[in-house]
Amino acid sequence: MTFFLQALSSGLALGTVYALLALGFVIIYRATDVLSFSQPALMVFGAYWTVYFATVIGWNFWVALVLAAVIGAAVGWLVERVLLRPLVGRPPFSAVMVTIGLDIVLRVITDDLLGISQRTVGDPFGLQVVNWGGVTIPRSNIATVLGAILVISLLLVFYRTTKFGLAMRAAAFDQEAAMAQGIPVGRMYGLAWALAGSMAAIAGTFISMGNSSLSRSTWVFALRALPVIVLGGLDSIRGAIVGGLLIGVIERMVGAYQPGTAPWLGAGFEQVVPYIVMVIVLLVKPYGLFGTREVTRV
Amino acid sequence: MLDVRNLEVVYEDVILVLKGLSLQVPDGDIVALLGPNGAGKTTVLRALTGLLDVHHGEITRGEVTFDGERISDREAHHIVAGGIAQVMEGRRVFAELTVEENLRAGAYTGRTDGSTDRVFDLFPVLADRRKSTAGYLSGGEQQMLAIGRALMADPRLLLLDEPSLGLAPQLVEQIRDLIVEINAQGTAVLLVEQNAAMALSIASHGYVLETGKIVLDKSAEELLADEDMQEFYLGVQAGGGRRSFRDVKHYRRRKRWLS
Ligand SMILES: Nc1ncnc2c1ncn2[C@@H]1O[C@H](COP(=O)(O)OP(=O)(O)OP(=O)(O)O)[C@@H](O)[C@H]1O
Ligand SMILES: [Mg+2]
Repeated sequence: MTFFLQALSSGLALGTVYALLALGFVIIYRATDVLSFSQPALMVFGAYWTVYFATVIGWNFWVALVLAAVIGAAVGWLVERVLLRPLVGRPPFSAVMVTIGLDIVLRVITDDLLGISQRTVGDPFGLQVVNWGGVTIPRSNIATVLGAILVISLLLVFYRTTKFGLAMRAAAFDQEAAMAQGIPVGRMYGLAWALAGSMAAIAGTFISMGNSSLSRSTWVFALRALPVIVLGGLDSIRGAIVGGLLIGVIERMVGAYQPGTAPWLGAGFEQVVPYIVMVIVLLVKPYGLFGTREVTRV
Repeated sequence: MLDVRNLEVVYEDVILVLKGLSLQVPDGDIVALLGPNGAGKTTVLRALTGLLDVHHGEITRGEVTFDGERISDREAHHIVAGGIAQVMEGRRVFAELTVEENLRAGAYTGRTDGSTDRVFDLFPVLADRRKSTAGYLSGGEQQMLAIGRALMADPRLLLLDEPSLGLAPQLVEQIRDLIVEINAQGTAVLLVEQNAAMALSIASHGYVLETGKIVLDKSAEELLADEDMQEFYLGVQAGGGRRSFRDVKHYRRRKRWLS
């Protein structure tokens, strides 16, 4: 039981980070119909600034995290404004290509900033654990779950109650009708990218806390959020959250039990679990668990 | 006052749809824009509100001014902020949002404090259903919501694209009365309709548009008395004749108007 609970807690922590990453993809997709392949690089790039402010300059970790989120937002906004806005009205395919190119460019820049070493993000948790009735849980995992809950709640409140959140939902539903109400749809695209950029920075920081660290290879991690959005549905906020948690937990459960029960599947089998879950779900529900839109292009 | 001069609109760089169209909507008036399917009525509204881009259309000649200011090259949200709101063809309510959220979306430009009082006074049924998802409203209620949403921008000029389309006669009458009331509150109205009888019963002036050109431009009274008008637009309404028949005759007669 202890073993199970430990796997569950680490799965939830992983899952909330997947959810944050998936939300970035979904926010952009809902707003612009473009699947952004630059989220992985935005994640590492954004998280680098936590490293920079917290360990290079030496500011408080949470301050550094907030600044990184702000920089992530600014970069996301800039990318939309400069690279993608001119492509509005063209087939989404060209925009997707731009996001792939951007991912490569950002990665080159980030690799340069990071160097080849593992960089700690300067979080205050280190290897500390709490012990709840025999279940030991890393403090960083608890912080990740609470932090993600906070961020996701803020996002939902933003969508539900603010003028801009409402305008984004309206524009996502019917772009022309939104324009006819006086909603500047282009600005909503920029806002979507800004939100996604900051979520990526936060996710990248969270995943590098505790006994992890930020390095060039953290990039790969964000690719595992792709199965999450396919699982949850490309345009579903709820799907990103549920899908993220589901895949995080399944992945860690498999990681915990598979070596003992099915060793013949080999070491590191958990890494492919997200993709296996994705394929199974797609066979049953082609638009994902909560998706509505038909995915025709890319 | 809205002033449209010699407007020429082209889609996809080659499809000429409006061919030098001029019309005016004086402050506080109701003006009707009539015409058969495909005449270009919706295109006129798109040109007025900066929505041609979305349809790969472009104004190639002429200009639109509102109170003397040129608006034909402004973006949609600036035009709404400048006091022109529209109810699009087919209602286009945000079906996933609630009635209240639709109205709030209409108030985006912030010309008002976002109060829903005026809309709920005009459309009490919307007040009762403010928390309902707009997609579940009936056709008539959705049309009221679409009008209410446009009013949230507190327009000085309201453009309506076939508000009676697909509604039962009783509802058409109700919508007509509401348009009169909105107008009486000081909002000028450009009413695009195929239902000429309805539109002319409340308009002070009317234009008839056929294949991108204004073929009749008269006061509502004169139009109601006009022989061609009676035969091809008003007679059909009363007699309920089929469109195909009308279109054939229409074509023959149109040539005479144009020559
Ligand atoms: N995006 C577009 N691209 C090319 N042609 C178009 C486009 N939109 C409209 N048209 C053409 O322009 C002409 C006028 O269309 P418009 O929708 O303005 O007519 P309408 O008078 O509003 O008709 P209806 O009464 O059916 O609404 C039609 O022949 C139509 O096929
Ligand atoms: Mg039309």
